[in-house]
Amino acid sequence: MTKQQSRQSSGMPGPGGRHRGARIEKAEDVRSALHRLLAELHPYRWVLGAVLILVTVSTLLDLAAPFLMGRAIDEFIAARDLAGLALIVLLMLGAYAGAWLANVGQSMIMARVSQSVMRGLRRRLFEHLQTLSLAFFDRRPHGELMSRLTNDLDAISRVLAQNVTQLFTGALTLVGILVMMFAINFWLALASMIVFPFMMWLVGFVGRRTRRGFREYQMRIGRLNGKLEEMFSGQRVIMAFGQEAAMLDDFEAANEQVRRVGTRAQTYAMLVPPLMGILSNANIAILAGLGGWMTLRGWTTVGAIAAFYNYSRKFAAPLRHIGNLYNQLQAALAGAERVFEVIDQQPELADAPDAIALDEVAGEVIFDHVDFGYTPGVPVIKDMSLRAAPGQTIALVGPTGAGKTTMVNLLTRFYDIDGGAVAIDGRDIRGLQKASLRRQLGIVLQDTFLFSESVMENIRYGRLDATDEECIAAASLANADQFIRHLPRGYDTKLSERGSNLSQGQRQLLAIARAVLADPGILILDEATSSVDTRTEVEIQEALLRLMHPSASSGRRARTSFVIAHRLSTIRDADKILVINEGRIIERGAHDELLAQEGFYHNLYMSQFRGQSPPK
Amino acid sequence: MKSLLRMIRFVKPYKSPAILSMLLLLGVVVSDLLIPRLTQRVIDQGIAQQDVSIIVSTSLLMLGAAILSALFAVGNTILSVRVAQGASADLRSAIVRKVQTFSFGNLDRIQTGQLLVRSTSDVRAVQLMVQMSLRMFTRAPLWMLGSIVMLILTNKQLSLLMLALFPIVVGIILFFLGRARPLFLSVQQKLDRLNQVMQENLAGVRVVKAFVRSEHENARFERTNRALTVDNVRVMQFIATLIPTMRALVNLGVVGVIWFGGRQVIVGDLTVGGIVASINYIAFALFPMMMLGGMAGPLSAADASAARIWEILDGDPEVQTRPDAQALPDIKGRVAFEDVCFSYNHSCDEPVLNGINLAAEPGQTVAILGATGSGKSSLVHLIPRFYDVEAGRVTLDGVDVRDLTLANLRAQIGVALQEAVLFSGAIRDNIRYGRPEATEEEVIAAAKAAQAHDFITAFPDGYDTVLGQRGVNLSGGQKQRISIARALLVQPTVLILDDSTSAVDVETEAKIQAALEELMAERTSFVIAQRISTVLNADKIVVLDGGRVAAEGTHAELMESSPIYHEIYESQLGNNQEKIVQ
Repeated sequence: MTKQQSRQSSGMPGPGGRHRGARIEKAEDVRSALHRLLAELHPYRWVLGAVLILVTVSTLLDLAAPFLMGRAIDEFIAARDLAGLALIVLLMLGAYAGAWLANVGQSMIMARVSQSVMRGLRRRLFEHLQTLSLAFFDRRPHGELMSRLTNDLDAISRVLAQNVTQLFTGALTLVGILVMMFAINFWLALASMIVFPFMMWLVGFVGRRTRRGFREYQMRIGRLNGKLEEMFSGQRVIMAFGQEAAMLDDFEAANEQVRRVGTRAQTYAMLVPPLMGILSNANIAILAGLGGWMTLRGWTTVGAIAAFYNYSRKFAAPLRHIGNLYNQLQAALAGAERVFEVIDQQPELADAPDAIALDEVAGEVIFDHVDFGYTPGVPVIKDMSLRAAPGQTIALVGPTGAGKTTMVNLLTRFYDIDGGAVAIDGRDIRGLQKASLRRQLGIVLQDTFLFSESVMENIRYGRLDATDEECIAAASLANADQFIRHLPRGYDTKLSERGSNLSQGQRQLLAIARAVLADPGILILDEATSSVDTRTEVEIQEALLRLMHPSASSGRRARTSFVIAHRLSTIRDADKILVINEGRIIERGAHDELLAQEGFYHNLYMSQFRGQSPPK
Repeated sequence: MKSLLRMIRFVKPYKSPAILSMLLLLGVVVSDLLIPRLTQRVIDQGIAQQDVSIIVSTSLLMLGAAILSALFAVGNTILSVRVAQGASADLRSAIVRKVQTFSFGNLDRIQTGQLLVRSTSDVRAVQLMVQMSLRMFTRAPLWMLGSIVMLILTNKQLSLLMLALFPIVVGIILFFLGRARPLFLSVQQKLDRLNQVMQENLAGVRVVKAFVRSEHENARFERTNRALTVDNVRVMQFIATLIPTMRALVNLGVVGVIWFGGRQVIVGDLTVGGIVASINYIAFALFPMMMLGGMAGPLSAADASAARIWEILDGDPEVQTRPDAQALPDIKGRVAFEDVCFSYNHSCDEPVLNGINLAAEPGQTVAILGATGSGKSSLVHLIPRFYDVEAGRVTLDGVDVRDLTLANLRAQIGVALQEAVLFSGAIRDNIRYGRPEATEEEVIAAAKAAQAHDFITAFPDGYDTVLGQRGVNLSGGQKQRISIARALLVQPTVLILDDSTSAVDVETEAKIQAALEELMAERTSFVIAQRISTVLNADKIVVLDGGRVAAEGTHAELMESSPIYHEIYESQLGNNQEKIVQ
């Protein structure tokens, strides 16, 4: 029983993770997402205040124009006063020009504010991910997490960029128009209000459905993204097994879900404008009827009706808008909920407040009766004790799944032990600052991972302030220099994703160079050379030996190293070989001693010559 | 706009709902145009002639028109959403299907992040445009045309004013369209990059944590984040000026009507009702301009995205089934390399493999040894045509692999790639990945041969154990063994194991080999390995050096004849061999 599989299969909810399966709509979720979204805008409140002023100005100017128009018709055109008409036309021009300026100004500012907010949210999301535990990442499809960074944030961005000000403009216009209408004719204005309750009900009714629709949509698109990411990054395997058709079926099912859910959400969201259209047109009809009748009675004028008519047309637009925005907002909130869900995840176990920094290590490593299991009750490491003296090379051998990589995971505190203690230089590692501990460890992990940057940058990942010369020196030491120089652009060659333009062995050499450059107090090589040919490996070993055991004259101390390998040629020369089976150390000693014991190690070693006549 | 226009082919399958939605839109436009006309009737005929019945009947007519318009609009919404969602789902599907036809060579040049952005964000931009087109694009010109006709009927002179505004409006929109496209293109590229940084961060989370590089990663992310923000702000600010400008133009038109119309009324050429109607029509006619202005942003965004999608869809798969390719009914498994030259940059000047001549008979096991980067993986990748040779040929049963259909060829070949990439899902599904119809017994038999059965059944859920992405919850050796089981289950005629036991201990590996000898007795195997113990019993051992065959023969022959092989042997057994002999 190794690794985290049982943690995976037990479906344990993550730390602080809310179960999201069949979710029930909760009002507080929506409200809190909205509140938190608004809180993101808080730092920009002064700028937003300026935006509001500009919006107010432009709205007022927009409103003033029809008023002026009504007067132009009633007072000047009817009175055949050309000079007066000219004046009022100039006034209108001025009002519109002012509105234009204010509009452009506020859009400019809003573009900047909204994008700054988005940038902040993206950064928060990413930075928070850095603090989460490995267990969190083991459970999540990468593409699903990525969808939160792109598709969910995008939904927020769309609303934030345009709709916030439009919402305000809409509300303001509405109020302004109402005031004007009441000023012109109370009864006509009152009559225009009849449609309001219907509108409110309509928006609420559709809005609830839109919200549910968008929640499901964002979730589905996230899952689709997860599936696509896994497909695209595993494309070579798909091809190798000719499973393109099966993969497509799988994809099409998810794609179809997105289409279905998307159609529903979008339809609901877009139903609002036409429905609002009925209501506002009904309003115009009411006005025409009522207004006409009132004019006949002499209670109002034709000019007033014309102005009213104009206002109620202006009335329709913001109403349609507000209804529409309310629905758009649902998409944003659905996205925001998913973004905040990640941000709310509990970070990896923090350092104890009195944790000390590990500045330099002599390199003594002790495992003292260590017990550990990824799942409670399923021990992977059982009562393990070992001591590596400073400068020693310790080899860990044993069948796959014996718990070798787990020991590395414990030493690096990727996971914390259940019982016993792990100590470096006599200090329990749980009392050390995690970052300072890891900085002392140079690790070459079993799964080589390289970034799609240049070769040089990939090596430099081991120590960011290293010069080019130091990187090249590390590469030479890892026997990588030669092949790097044969690459099309040498050290500046940009690697493709995961370094797929290199062979596996070459990738391992770069990973070793990276660890060497880190100049660690303790070196851990987890199957670091498994894909490197044995002749190259011998050279690397010699170089590493020089690194780990510098000559006395250099004044540097020898460093401790842990080597995990299956190839016995790799571990032959270790100071101490630990044979691990089923989470326990079953044999320990130097190569010769272990061979002499004729036990497990002896069998392993002999199997290298299976089926072959003993070498001459 | 060419890229976007080409997208029309994805709307074609939805021709009838699309056309129907546009017809409904026509209804909306007609009813919307009726309303000002009816208003004028209320004012001119009803009020002026004090006819209450006209006022009431016209108002009811207006209400009817409004309801009709809304019904049309709802129908249009439902249909246009369906068309847009359908077309975008098809588009996504087309992208994914295209990627399935790509060869390793194509994939080497594309990043997952780019593909993801194209199949979500870029598709969305196009989808938005399809929907907008069906809801507005058709409405805008119709509306404009209708308004102009009505305006001419109402007042000829005023319509001249409109015509003067037209070219200005169109000119401005075209200017914006042209300028915005490259900006949007740049935004999407930055989004690619952002996605890639995030994806690598997730995939490399162990390295990031081991090297305590979260701050470095944050900085790396922030750089791309900042670049994206800068580009976003730039394009949004640019686009933001367009809508107010359009609105200002509409208002200019209204002011023009008041001025010129007012003068006409003063002279007596126009009624007051006529001027009100004219204002309405001109606003109506120019309002679509405003809508077009509002669409300029999404339009150029969609065009930029469409161009990026075509980049994928137009991509040429490097390896394709030839039109005259055949499928061999009964393949024995003889594989031969004849004067093969291969290079990743399509030129034999700097070859990765050169002058390769090699043959493997059915039932034989060919082991390949060689230094890191000597071309071992490249060599075996040529057999299932992951890449194609530059010169020479690779044959299966004497037929050039390029003359076989890809499906036929790859169905014969089981591959355990160097990197054991597993998929999230049950272990069982991972093993029967290559042959989903395999029975439980076959799955278990393959797992047993790959020495995976014991550790799988030790899991509480056994074969139902759910793996995380890339099989994160397994050890390296466990992943490799599942990957071997996966290759065996295909019952291949040719089996390729590309260093696929490197993380497996020697004893387990010996068991795997014993099982393979039985299973592969009639078939051909290629085994890449580093350990001499892995290749000892091979029928033929090939030593590659610098892309050429340096030596070929059995273990015993090579020990005699090949200094390189001897050196490799020495490096693994070193000076201890005497001890073993003893």
